[in-house]
Amino acid sequence: MTKQQANWSPYDNNGGTCVAIAGADYCVIAADTRMSTGYNILTRDYSKIIQLADKSVMASSGFQADVRALQKVLAARHLIYQHQHNKQMSCPAMAQLLSNTLYYKRFFPYYAFNVLGGLDNEGKGCVFTYDAVGSYERVGYSSQGSGATLITPFLDNQLKSPSPLLLPAKDAVTPLSESEAIDLVKTCFASATERDIYTGDKLEMVILNASGIRREYMELRKD
Amino acid sequence: MSTVAESVPPKGGFSFDLCRRNEMLVQKGLKQPSFLKTGTTIVGLIFQDGVILGADTRATEGPIVADKNCEKIHYMAPNIYCCGAGTAADTEAVTDMVSSQLKLHRYHTGRESRVVTALTLLKSHLFSYQGYVSAALVLGGVDVTGPHLHTIYPHGSTDTLPFATMGSGSLAAMAVFESKYREGLTRDEGVKLVAEAICSGIFNDLGSGSNVDICVITKGKKEYLRNYMLPNPRTYVSEKGYSFAKKTEVLLTKITPLKELVEVVEGGDAMEE
Repeated sequence: MTKQQANWSPYDNNGGTCVAIAGADYCVIAADTRMSTGYNILTRDYSKIIQLADKSVMASSGFQADVRALQKVLAARHLIYQHQHNKQMSCPAMAQLLSNTLYYKRFFPYYAFNVLGGLDNEGKGCVFTYDAVGSYERVGYSSQGSGATLITPFLDNQLKSPSPLLLPAKDAVTPLSESEAIDLVKTCFASATERDIYTGDKLEMVILNASGIRREYMELRKD
Repeated sequence: MSTVAESVPPKGGFSFDLCRRNEMLVQKGLKQPSFLKTGTTIVGLIFQDGVILGADTRATEGPIVADKNCEKIHYMAPNIYCCGAGTAADTEAVTDMVSSQLKLHRYHTGRESRVVTALTLLKSHLFSYQGYVSAALVLGGVDVTGPHLHTIYPHGSTDTLPFATMGSGSLAAMAVFESKYREGLTRDEGVKLVAEAICSGIFNDLGSGSNVDICVITKGKKEYLRNYMLPNPRTYVSEKGYSFAKKTEVLLTKITPLKELVEVVEGGDAMEE
């Protein structure tokens, strides 16, 4: 008889897609609200976007149990930061904290694919994109999750960003206006929903700018 | 003698040598090419005066939708249709093959095909391939003996039922049938129930999606209602539209006439030795 072995995995993939776009004075962070496993939809209304500080917002796809654990750690660390420094963490600081938190679990990673968006200390839009173990980069736009393979080439075509190796460094922010960026995000998700079975139900967008933060929603296909 | 038994060639049937070879290769790390799977919802029911078949129209390849509006209700004979789930190529091939066998049989006998004939041809083919032809079918039709509905599994087993569902959305669709089906439904009630069962698959099963196809077969008549419902239109189209700038030059179309660049002497002296 063949040897029996444990066949249980601590991980699941709950699907979902995240997109973030940075502009000169705004940042759009978006994700769909479907949570699924295998061929089943677990819920059609689950927010993948969380506000970590006044000017940093994180969208995460992957395994939502790990995502929740990660969000909890970040919230606790941010609370300590506020007690020690009497101020909100900046978005680039939060980006470094997220990277460190992910790398801390290098050999039993959080199965979470994050994009962090927000405004930096000068009020410019910023987007940070991650892998599951904490490698990160500041970019002008990014997509993560099950629909990323469909969305990324479209964004590359529409918003080709300058090489990060250029000297002197060029601004990574996109040249679009806020309303153009929102329109682009809506198109991305409507298209990804057509072809990715794990993306759909509803689109949630968080928009950060000088006047504050707001949320917008749009319906997506439910099949 | 065992050597004699080994040298005797097999008397027809499918050779499974390559299946063993393939299993060995997979164990050694070979990546098999992926198939187009119709992770599907297909259903059928018997009503007052015939049979109604239904299907969704999504074909998937892993997590990607390969075809948003494919046809899963296949023609078998003028009075028999068959819904297919599983590997798209297998359902297509097996229904086409049996369909032509039925046509030859009709030419031979001069009579209308019977549903049991189609059933027997399908199941014997699938059985002889031991489940490697992955076609899960819902077969329905009306013949001289009345309306018939069957399900056929990839290994060749069959069921005869008043209502049936198959594919990855079969549980979602069966939930609707089990709660609402009754004997002696009218045509309109039947079509409505089938559409509801397919919609249940479309919305609750990620392998199923897009539109509803329906086929109503009655004595001496059939109605193929392609895209009977379109419950999933695109949710957003940008007003301004998009342009995709051409950023690379296609070198093949650039022709440089060399005659203008160099001096050509026509009819010069032939080369010496």
